[in-house]
Order: sequence, then C-alpha cells, then structure tokens
Amino acid sequence: MDIVSKKITWIKAAKTEEIPANGGACIKHGSKQIAVFNFEKRGEWYATQNLCPHKMQMVLSRGMVGDKEGEPKVACPFHKKTFSLQTGECMSGEDYSIKTYPVKIEDGYVYVGIE
Amino acid sequence: MQKPVQNIIIAGNGMVGYKFCEKLVEKGLHKIYNIIVFGEEPRPAYDRVHLSEYFSGKTADDLLMAPMEWYHENDITLYVKDPIISIDREKKTILSQKGKNIPYEKLILATGSSCFVPPIPGVDKKGVILYRTIEDLEAIKSYAANCKTGAVIGGGLLGLEAAKALMDLGLQTHVVEFASRLMPRQLDDAGSGMLQAKIESLGITVHLNKNTRQITGEEKISGLAFADNSELNIDMLVISAGIKPRDELAVQAKLEVGPRGGIIVNDYMQTTDKNIYAIGEAALHQNIIYGLVAPGYEMAEVVASQMAGTVKTFTGFDMSTKLKLIGVEVASFGDPFCAQTEFRSIVFEDKAKGVYKRINITPDGKKLLGGILVGDAADYNMLLQTSKNAIVLPPTPEDLILGARGGASENSMQGVMSLPNEALICSCESVTKGDICNAITYNELGDVPGIKKCTKAGTGCGGCVPMLNDLLTATLQSAGKQVQKVICEHFPYSRQELFDIVKSTKLESYNELLEQYGKGDGCEVCKPAVASIMASLWNEMILKQATIQDTNDRFLANIQRGGTYSVVPRVPGGEITPDKLIVLGQVALKYDLYCKITGGQRIDLFGAKVNDLPKIWEELIEAGFESGHAYGKALRTVKSCVGSTWCRYGVQDSVSFAIEVEERYKGLRAPHKLKSAVSGCVRECAEAQCKDFGIIATEKGWNLYVCGNGGAKPQHAKLLASDIDSETCIKFIDRFLMFYIRTADPLTRTATWLNKLEGGMEYLKDVIINDSLGICKQLEEEMQGLVNTYKCEWKEVVIDPEKRKKFSHFANSDESDPSIQFRPLRGQKIPVDWDK
Repeated sequence: MDIVSKKITWIKAAKTEEIPANGGACIKHGSKQIAVFNFEKRGEWYATQNLCPHKMQMVLSRGMVGDKEGEPKVACPFHKKTFSLQTGECMSGEDYSIKTYPVKIEDGYVYVGIE
Repeated sequence: MQKPVQNIIIAGNGMVGYKFCEKLVEKGLHKIYNIIVFGEEPRPAYDRVHLSEYFSGKTADDLLMAPMEWYHENDITLYVKDPIISIDREKKTILSQKGKNIPYEKLILATGSSCFVPPIPGVDKKGVILYRTIEDLEAIKSYAANCKTGAVIGGGLLGLEAAKALMDLGLQTHVVEFASRLMPRQLDDAGSGMLQAKIESLGITVHLNKNTRQITGEEKISGLAFADNSELNIDMLVISAGIKPRDELAVQAKLEVGPRGGIIVNDYMQTTDKNIYAIGEAALHQNIIYGLVAPGYEMAEVVASQMAGTVKTFTGFDMSTKLKLIGVEVASFGDPFCAQTEFRSIVFEDKAKGVYKRINITPDGKKLLGGILVGDAADYNMLLQTSKNAIVLPPTPEDLILGARGGASENSMQGVMSLPNEALICSCESVTKGDICNAITYNELGDVPGIKKCTKAGTGCGGCVPMLNDLLTATLQSAGKQVQKVICEHFPYSRQELFDIVKSTKLESYNELLEQYGKGDGCEVCKPAVASIMASLWNEMILKQATIQDTNDRFLANIQRGGTYSVVPRVPGGEITPDKLIVLGQVALKYDLYCKITGGQRIDLFGAKVNDLPKIWEELIEAGFESGHAYGKALRTVKSCVGSTWCRYGVQDSVSFAIEVEERYKGLRAPHKLKSAVSGCVRECAEAQCKDFGIIATEKGWNLYVCGNGGAKPQHAKLLASDIDSETCIKFIDRFLMFYIRTADPLTRTATWLNKLEGGMEYLKDVIINDSLGICKQLEEEMQGLVNTYKCEWKEVVIDPEKRKKFSHFANSDESDPSIQFRPLRGQKIPVDWDK
C-alpha cells in the first residue's frame, strides 16, 4: 500500500469548555459539520463526521459516548448504531463507517486536523 | 479387568476421523477396544473449515480439534505422518508406511479427500498451489511474499475462502470460475450476483464462464490462458476446484468404489467388506459424496453406535449450510432451487445493502421447501427448522423473510418453543431441541457455554447459538427461574440490583457509580438506565448529567426525522382553555411548526430547530404551560372522557380526577413511559383498560386497572381493586408505580413486567393491597418525596442562560443546521424523506 503524506491543516474549532465532558458538540467549518467529543473519562478527544451514514442525519455529535470492550465509541441518537471513535468503523455489525479526524488541544482550544 | 486385545483401527485423522474417536470415547468404547489411528499429516486433526483463519492470525495449534495429550489421556494410539498403505482382508491386518503390521477387528476408512486438480497443462509449474492442508497454506504464504497478483481457480465455498486468504496476504486477487455464477451449488443467479457485487467491492476481481486452457509461463507460472482466447497475467495460482475422495486404499484392497471415485457404503456405512467402514468425504453413499462436515459427523455417529451395539443407519443428509464468506453471510437450506418441484417463490432484494433473500414455498403456501440468503442470514435457523419440520406457514409467509411488519418483532422466542422436541437445532452435532431442553433442566445449566459443554450443540459452525440462547431463556422461564440479567458489559448487575445500590449508597452521579461499581467507560445502554434510576430516586434536574441522557432527554424534546425536535406541552386530562389553544397556534405560526393532535389528548408541535427550543418554551411557559415529558421515560398523559360534568351517562367527574392524577405524577421517571386514563363510566370512552394504570368510574367510586398497554403487543390491563374511593385509588397507584420503578428491567413496560413477575397478578395484589412485603409505607413515602420535589424542567432551562446555551447545533456558531430541509404537505411542512 502506498503511503501518501497529506498536508494537515489544523482548524481552531472551539474553546475546550464548549464541548461537554464525556459528550460531544458539533463544529461548523465552511460547509462541513464535524462532531468533536471530549471523552474526559479516558482523557481523550476525538473528532468524526457529524453525519450518521445510516439515515444520513446530522446528529452524531448528540450521541452518547462509551466503550465496547475498551474501544471508544459513539452511539447515534436515532437508532443507536455505534461507531468506533478510533477507526470510524460501525461496531453494531453493519457495513457503515464514518470519517475520523485528528484532534489536538492547545492553549485551551480544540483543534481539528483537516486534510 | 483385563483388557481384550481387539483393535479398532482408523485410517485417517481429519475432522471426521477425530470426531469418530471422540464418539468412541463418549460411548466408553476406548475402555473395551484398543483404538489405533494412522494419519498422513504431521499433526493431529485440525479444523479445516476455518483454515483461512490461519492467515488472520490463528496458529496451527489454535486450529487443532484436540491436542496430542487428548489422545494419550483417552488411551488412543495416534501415529502421525504414517499413513496406512495396504490392507490384507484375509488376515485382517493393515500395513503402514513405516512398516507397522497390525491386526484389526474393525477398520474405519476416514481418509477424506484431496483437492481435485483439473487436467490443465502447466499445473506442475512453480507457483501453482493447492488449498487443502496447513502445509499448503504455509506454501501459499511463503510463495506469496514475492507476488503482487494471484488467482484462485474455483468459485465455490473453498475457492472463495482461498481468495480471502490471498487478499489477506495483500495480493491483487482474482477468482476464476468455470460456471456462470459463484457458488453454483448453493446459490441462484440473483443471490450469486449479490455475493459477487459484495466481493468485488472488496477489490477481488471475479471471472465467470472461464474455461482455463493452459497455465502459461516457463518454469514459474506467469498467467492463465482461457478457451475464449482471453488471458490473465498472475504471479501465483491457488487451485480449489472441488474435492476428490481418497479411495486408493480401498482400491488396493479391492473394495468396491464408484465410477468417479468414492468408497461405496450401505446405510450402515459398511463397505463391501462388513468389517471395514468408510466415513466422511471418502464415502460414497447412494451415489453422493458429502463434502461438508456435518454429514461426516453423522456418519461417525452411525458407525460408533454400531460399535457400541446400537443399530443406527445413515439415510442421507440435509445439505443446508450457513457460513460467512469474506465477511458476507451466505446460507442455503432445504431445496434452494426447486428445479424438480412445483413451487412459488418470494424474493426480497436490497442492492444498496447487498441483501438477497429467497424462499420457496408449496403452491398452496402451506409449507416451506427451501431458500437462499445472502448478506443477511439471521433468519437461517428459524427457516431451516420451519422447512425441516414441515411447520404450517402463517397466512402471510413473506413475514418469514421480511419480519412481521407493524411493529411486533419479538416472536422469535415463542417460535423456538413452538418447535417439536425432535427438531434438530444443531445440525453439525445433531442435537435436538429435546436434548438441549433436557440438558438445561437436568444438569441445571444456566448459560450457553454450559449447554455447549454438555451437549456439544453450537460447537461446530456456531450458527445455532442464538437459538440456544432463546431455548435457555424459555426453558428457565418455564421452570420459574430467573435468567441472570446484567445491564451491559459495564455493570455486572440487573437494574433492580443497581437501583438498590444507588439507593443505599446515595450516589448521585453516574461517574461515581461507574467508578465504584462498574468498569470501563459506560455505553448507550447503562447511561440512560442509570439516569432513569437516579431520576426516580433523587428527582434532580436531569440536565445536571446531560451527557448520560438519551438525546430526547438531553434536549427535553423528541428528535424527529431530519434532526429537528417536537414540542409537547402538558395538557392535564386533555382539558385546555381557548386562550391556551390560541397561544399554541401563535407559537406554531411564529416558529413555523407542524401541528398534530396526539393520541394522548394534547398537541404536538413538530419541526423545531434545537436552537429555537428555549425561545419556544419561554413563550409557552409565559402562557402557563409546563413540560409534557413526551421526551422522557416518564408519565406521559392521563387521558379522560368528559364524565359526569357534561355526559348524560357519566357517574363520576373523570376529568377532574384525571387532572388530579396527572398533576400528581407529572415528571415521574420510570423504567419506561407510563400512560394513564380515567373514564367516567363503564362505557370506557377514555380507553383506560389499555393503559399502564387506568381508572373507570363506578356508582360507588373507582375501579383501578393496571399493566395494560396498546402498541406492538396490545394487552388489556387487569383489575387491581374495585369500588375504591379517590384517596385509596391514589394510595394504590403510589404503591404500584413505586414497586414497578424499583423492580422492572430497563425499558420494560408494566404489561411485560407483570408477565414476567413470578406469581403474577395475585402476587401483585398481595404486595399492593395486603402489604405482604411490608414495604407499602416506604413506597408511599418515596412517591410523596418525588411529588414534593417536582419542578418543570423547561422552566429551569428557560431561566438559566448557561443551560440555554446548550441548545445550539454548533459549538462555534449560532446558526441553525443548514442541512435541514422540508417540503410542503397539506398546508404545513414535513421533513424531506430520509435515505432508505
């Protein structure tokens, strides 16, 4: 497999306190909607697309976070399809997957990496 | 006791040969006979069915059916790498490759099969490898290291497994099939096409109708040339084009074999020499070679039983099968094609999801003949049982593959219990429903691993495990035992246990509870369950722990298609003033909301954007409305008919009492939603008997009914007490609701709760009316505590700028979600259809 190095642009998404602990919020970047999750219980931050691919709804940021055997996940509020926050793969046995983005925290702000 | 020296000799140590040993041990025959096994391969029998898992990380040891020690422990002599090379039938002896000359009493040929190699010029070139043994796999692995592309000849079961192996090794993979479709023996054209599309989407190229004329290349393979003059350049080739029975030993011993190979056997699996048996893929029974494991195991059982003195015969075997190929579920059962039978078929196809289902039923629609499932084989077990046991089909047989539409889909458990005791649940190990239920009852089994260990059911392909689970639950329930129910992987407790923990520890935060009594990070199951428990106990503002609430609770509104929310203000008893009606209309106009009257006598306003919710509620609260908790697992409405105030038949003031009841229990959170109604007379216009608690007026007072519901499985409420006064009625409802809240499983309505309650209605009456548990005072106090601490959740939000801020779609913008779209309908708006 070819490894292509892509240039990542970091966008300043929000103040860290804007994202609820152990929950998510949605960030607008141009026409993109990105769900940012503050998984405080694990001390981890994640970002994914906000669109749930099951019924094409812009809602993943409103989903509950949790884990399945240690793997962090988010459950879509509509029909509880769950997705890995690490790989974006659907964890409830269907062929969907979502895009994940890198996240970093600097000076009290969340940054999301966009290619 | 002295052990006699009679020998049972087994030629071959594959899956069936091993299974035969296991059956002998099971029947205690290893204590009577010397059991001696000769195998050709360098290791004991292993699981050939899951061979490709060798590439996804399993080791040869993981795949073993049983380790070497197992043979020692059971006094079985196993010679590996030493196949039997000849039989002397006169002297009843065998000769092995390493020169062992041993007499036998009974000889079992379990020599299996080898890969069928089509007579194509060039099969001897380097880079052409068969797919059969672990050694073959090792050869494929090491050769593939220097290859970029590879092909598999054979688009059947094993061929596709082999293709997956090549794909896992990182090769650009091709599948070459002679027939016009993949898996021609199991699938029809449409099913096969669906499978092909799935496989191609993974990057595997499929070539159909390809007759390979030659394997090209010098010393090493460089490509394939086909009869249609096309060519394919590849670096390596794996052959998996079917099997060829290993009958050379039988030929040498002059036993009868079939014209195209296979050792001919009768129904006892005896060859033409009554002391020599053949089982598994080497045996030819009624002109059929069975290339699957399950029939081989059945043959092993037939022969082992005879060794033990029981008469058992092999009378053919169902070729139904379910498997996962390259991540795609594929199943075919009964007669999948019905080429010779009159039938009609029902087909369901979803190309986007890659699902294809076909069932064949008799022309009169009464019996299921067979079918094909691709992409979703969840129904396989039930369909297989339905066809095998000739169960009469429902009048709408399409439900078999589409599921009962209209909401009720929880009949699978009843389905299992309706099967006859002879129904074969595990066909790999031929275990019947009766065997399993008896094992559960007499060996006091409490979980599926226990059933597996005891009956061996579920240890083969594993396809019947969901049915084992259903049988376990149903059998234990019918014996009046509780099945150990835990909420999820994060809390090893039932809801009732967790409720008691929260209550006694007085914990008010989910995180602390998880820290002290759970593990991991929680999930979408335990978070709302704990939120509900804490709300039922402490009645605090639920948004204190906003992120453990389901989305409806988190935004205090009901999420609808498109991601907007609906707003339902409380209208107690369904009584509303003209002024309030006008306000509802004004708010709906101002925020462009779709209006509909609900089934619970109130008005639902749809299409509210999340950032408009606080503004909408500010206006509603200003007009005197309160939250209707339509979003919560909480008391919804208390419906009423107009009663004695207006109605000429009414005997009590049902509206006033409904309002009193609704005001008392508003905001009460429970394991599931609660609905109620009050009717003013026996005509029952408020439909109180289909509510969680319903009240019907009598000349002397009220009759109180409990545990009814409408919905997917309608159930009438049952009479708890009759002719009681208002005060007693409220007291009984207090006790009833608190008892339900304490003891029900998550998301269990009162009707289901009562159905599972041991002792049923009589017990419930005893607890609520006669105080048989001595907890009634406590229950009443707890309820009074909740009533006293009620607050309107929306009022709390509207007055608090911090809480209001949470109601936005974006964290970095005040905009609404631009992706929301509506279309007009009868003068109002509805969301555009979502993606099906």
